[in-house]
Amino acid sequence: MSNPAVLAAGVARRFGRRWVLRGIDLAIQPGQVVALTGRNGSGKTTLLRLIASILRPTRGEIQVFGFHTIREGASVRPLVGMLAHNAGIYDDLTAAENLVFALRMAGHSARRAPISEVLDRVGLTSFEFERVRGFSAGMRRRLGLARLLLRPPRLLLLDEPYASFDQDGIELVNEFAARIRDEGGAVILSTHDIGRAAVVADRRAHIADGLLGEQAIPGVPAAGGQP
Amino acid sequence: MNAEIQRVGAIVWKDLTAERRTKANFNSVVFLAGMILLLFGFAIGPGGEIIDAISGGVLWLTVLFSGVLSFNRSYEQELENGALEMLLLYPGDRRAIFVGKLLANLFFVLLVEVVMVPLAALLYDLPLWAHIGPLALVLVLGTIGFVTLGTFYAAMASRLRAREVMLPLLLFPMLVPLLVGAVQATGGILHGDLMGSTASWLKLLVVFDVIFFVAALLAFEHIIED
Repeated sequence: MSNPAVLAAGVARRFGRRWVLRGIDLAIQPGQVVALTGRNGSGKTTLLRLIASILRPTRGEIQVFGFHTIREGASVRPLVGMLAHNAGIYDDLTAAENLVFALRMAGHSARRAPISEVLDRVGLTSFEFERVRGFSAGMRRRLGLARLLLRPPRLLLLDEPYASFDQDGIELVNEFAARIRDEGGAVILSTHDIGRAAVVADRRAHIADGLLGEQAIPGVPAAGGQP
Repeated sequence: MNAEIQRVGAIVWKDLTAERRTKANFNSVVFLAGMILLLFGFAIGPGGEIIDAISGGVLWLTVLFSGVLSFNRSYEQELENGALEMLLLYPGDRRAIFVGKLLANLFFVLLVEVVMVPLAALLYDLPLWAHIGPLALVLVLGTIGFVTLGTFYAAMASRLRAREVMLPLLLFPMLVPLLVGAVQATGGILHGDLMGSTASWLKLLVVFDVIFFVAALLAFEHIIED
């Protein structure tokens, strides 16, 4: 049996004196899309950052496809892609240059990379050689998505993916999440918009008071069900 | 190894491309350096002997104050759009981020010095051209150590709230030994090495550079994580 895409055991994280997460247990299998919900400040983004190995848990541990996020962070990072609140792109580079930079940082050659095709896919063809400084929030998010399309991850982490996107952008996000799932990867989708997430999500995990509870999504058959 | 070199190159390219486009950092740092040199000139007043005695110190203090601005800016652009998190998420050794930032900052500070040192020579009537080779060596060795520590502490300060204030508070005390060596070597070159100690100061700078680089490289991954 293959390793779970994500296996979290007793994960807690404290910022200063405040415990944001107090003991998260979570198992996500390859081929699952999980919608992560919770109020503002409930710790959704913190959990995604912990899974991505950007943050260290104060207690507990997380494995991604069998790799420990702290001890084997270098093995985890190539498997994970994240679309965060801030797209993490550089204002003074052009759209194409941002993608070239991302490819080179990922250890790939940018020479034959399908940069134009990917920008076309996210609707930024005519902005390929324009500096990002003038982009709207939605365009920045599209560029962030283009970066993920260039190097599709096995574990896709989407933090508020529907924010700033128009309907076309939302469909792009859901298509991409479905593609990762169909190719045997896994997706965690942090959102307040459960209605939009229900199009692709199999399960819903709700964070409250630093703990996680599992809920079925109304009207959505549980593909994969409980781990 | 090739992939790590590629990552280092990508960081250098990105930082220098952004700076070349905006020139915001370079213009402000060169302006500040010019102002510091002018103000020291006014404060000291005309008097060849005093200028001779302290010109090495003035030169390095100017490098120090103006360099801090560029270190702050170096990580500011990573924080603006959450880019630092994305940097940490890329595969490979995170020390490539440090080495890339270090090389970009080194190029930048040396470029500022190319403008600043002739200006200092002009204002303080320093015998620059007679000692250009040895002086360049001191500047490069001193700047390597300075930029290594500056890049490291700027990464550490980037996680703090009052980072603009915290950076000099963290950095300046650590720079004291390097600064003493650089000032002594510069003074010896510009105004005569009566004690024959310049070579020893240069060796000390090399030792500091190596120690600072190795220590910063080993500690970087721990300080860059939140």
